[in-house]
Amino acid sequence: MAALSKSWATKSGFGWMAIVFWALLAVLPLIGFIHEDPSFDYYMFMGQSMLIYGIAVLGLNLLIGFNGQISLGHSAFFAVGAYTTAILMNFAGIPYWATIPIAGLVCFGAGFLFGFPALKLEGHYLALATFTLAIAVPQLLKYKAIAGWTGGVGGVLLDKPDPPFDLPLSADQFLYYLCLIVAMAMFWIVFNLLRGRSGRAMMAIRDHAMAAGTMGIDTGLYKTLTFGISAAITGVAGALSAITVAYVAPDSFTLQLSVSFLVGLVIGGIASLPGCLVGGAFIVLVQNSSQSISDWMKVTFALRYDVPAWAIYGILLLVLMYFMPSGLMGGATALKEKLFGRSAKDDAASDSATVRSSHGD
Amino acid sequence: MDKEAPPLLSVRGVSVRFGGVIALDDISFDVTKGQIAGLIGPNGAGKTTLFNCLSRLYQPSGGEILFEGASVLATPRHRIPDIGIGRTFQNVALFDKLTVLENVMVGRHSQTASSFVANALRLPSVVAEQRTARERAMELIEFMDISRFTHWPAGGLPFPIRKRVELARALAAKPKLLLLDEPAAGLNHDEVSTLETQIRRVRDVQGVTVLLVEHHMSLVMSVSDKVVTINFGRKIAEGTPEQVRRDPEVIRAYLGTAG
Repeated sequence: MAALSKSWATKSGFGWMAIVFWALLAVLPLIGFIHEDPSFDYYMFMGQSMLIYGIAVLGLNLLIGFNGQISLGHSAFFAVGAYTTAILMNFAGIPYWATIPIAGLVCFGAGFLFGFPALKLEGHYLALATFTLAIAVPQLLKYKAIAGWTGGVGGVLLDKPDPPFDLPLSADQFLYYLCLIVAMAMFWIVFNLLRGRSGRAMMAIRDHAMAAGTMGIDTGLYKTLTFGISAAITGVAGALSAITVAYVAPDSFTLQLSVSFLVGLVIGGIASLPGCLVGGAFIVLVQNSSQSISDWMKVTFALRYDVPAWAIYGILLLVLMYFMPSGLMGGATALKEKLFGRSAKDDAASDSATVRSSHGD
Repeated sequence: MDKEAPPLLSVRGVSVRFGGVIALDDISFDVTKGQIAGLIGPNGAGKTTLFNCLSRLYQPSGGEILFEGASVLATPRHRIPDIGIGRTFQNVALFDKLTVLENVMVGRHSQTASSFVANALRLPSVVAEQRTARERAMELIEFMDISRFTHWPAGGLPFPIRKRVELARALAAKPKLLLLDEPAAGLNHDEVSTLETQIRRVRDVQGVTVLLVEHHMSLVMSVSDKVVTINFGRKIAEGTPEQVRRDPEVIRAYLGTAG
């Protein structure tokens, strides 16, 4: 494990904390065997959605948080991943699990190609260019000439896969594990990238592109490759979404989905890996809980009309951003420093750095 | 100095125009291997412009730059470290969110070759490469005497420390020629004398030829084997520090004339 005590790797809490965290996620579905609950499969479905959004946010974070590019178009890559899986399952008879890496590759190609024109653009202009992707792709998916494959406006229904090898799991328990395994693979890949030569180059470009160039980094190539990898990861999330929802339709992949990814990214914490999962969970929970809070307010305060759920969502966001401007993971770090003292931790970090670095990398 | 040795760097008739403004006009000089060469001139003389041509940030409108006999201008920017030219920046261009160690390791980029796929899968070759890169970076951090900042993010460090980090990062690419853009700017008296020792050690211990742009006259004159002076984009003098110090054109450029 990287021993960079003050680098992002430790800030991201990798190490035994990460192992415990992933192990906890793996144990969760087993509660269903102990605790009989008719809505347990629904909770499993929510868990799948959280993991899927977590992967999508991870893809976006690689681009925004670690490479300093921006995208409002990641809903498009999510859609391309989902439709790749749907079409391959329906028309090519390819098993669902095999469509996931293919969806990733297709999205890598799409993202890499889009990365070339994106090279000429930065900041707001890149945001605008990627925005067009988010606008165009749902429309293209409805296009009549390809409706034979895409199902047009109505979309495509898929078969929900059964657990293989006669595993004693419900379909949703199994799909949760599928999402978990893919999520672990994606986080492992990104973590590896970031602690190696490639990731350092990505972050160098983010921090100072011109200096990165004079260090011998081919900034154009790295930016397009990062765009491709980012799109691939989000595309894999899209593929999982097609499999778990067992349905794809153009209107699930609008600009609002891109904005959700961005919200998850900012709330979880930009350039934080665990923050991606926090952000994924936030997207699912808060959209659901806004509605619950709205219902609760109506009853409790005996209101005549519904309180708009999206207004509550907005207020929640504002409050969170006010108190935790660097996201939930950043907020957690700040809280820890407040409780246990910053200087003590910093001294410990610099003192133990030499010790820990002797364990290698 | 051995007159017969072929120059490491040869700047030949380089001119740069920005619109109607002539920033550099037909500049020529050589730097021999093992030299510490100083490039001086009043503000706006074109010194940094010349550096930016050497590291391919600007394209000269005329002239040629040869490094070990090969054209620098035919080399893309990201290949400049590969051919052996490293640099620092006047305002210090570090990767602020990365630690000092990571900054110096980015300097190793041109010395390493592992691909995205190999990195993503953390192949054994990557682990080995990473270990070497890390060891070499640690040596250079020690060489620049900034070990206590190894794991600190570069962004928050004091300016003189940042300058040393940048120098360590430049050395990590194993340059044959190091371009230092105003290394003494913003340093106090003691720090400048430390810097002078460090520049000499870069040449003597690391075996790197140095070309520095500098306003700090006593530093340039004491550290350089050779000084090139430019003013308003033109070379006005070239020679040993003693020769240049006595050159009437140089005196006029720095002190102005009475008519």
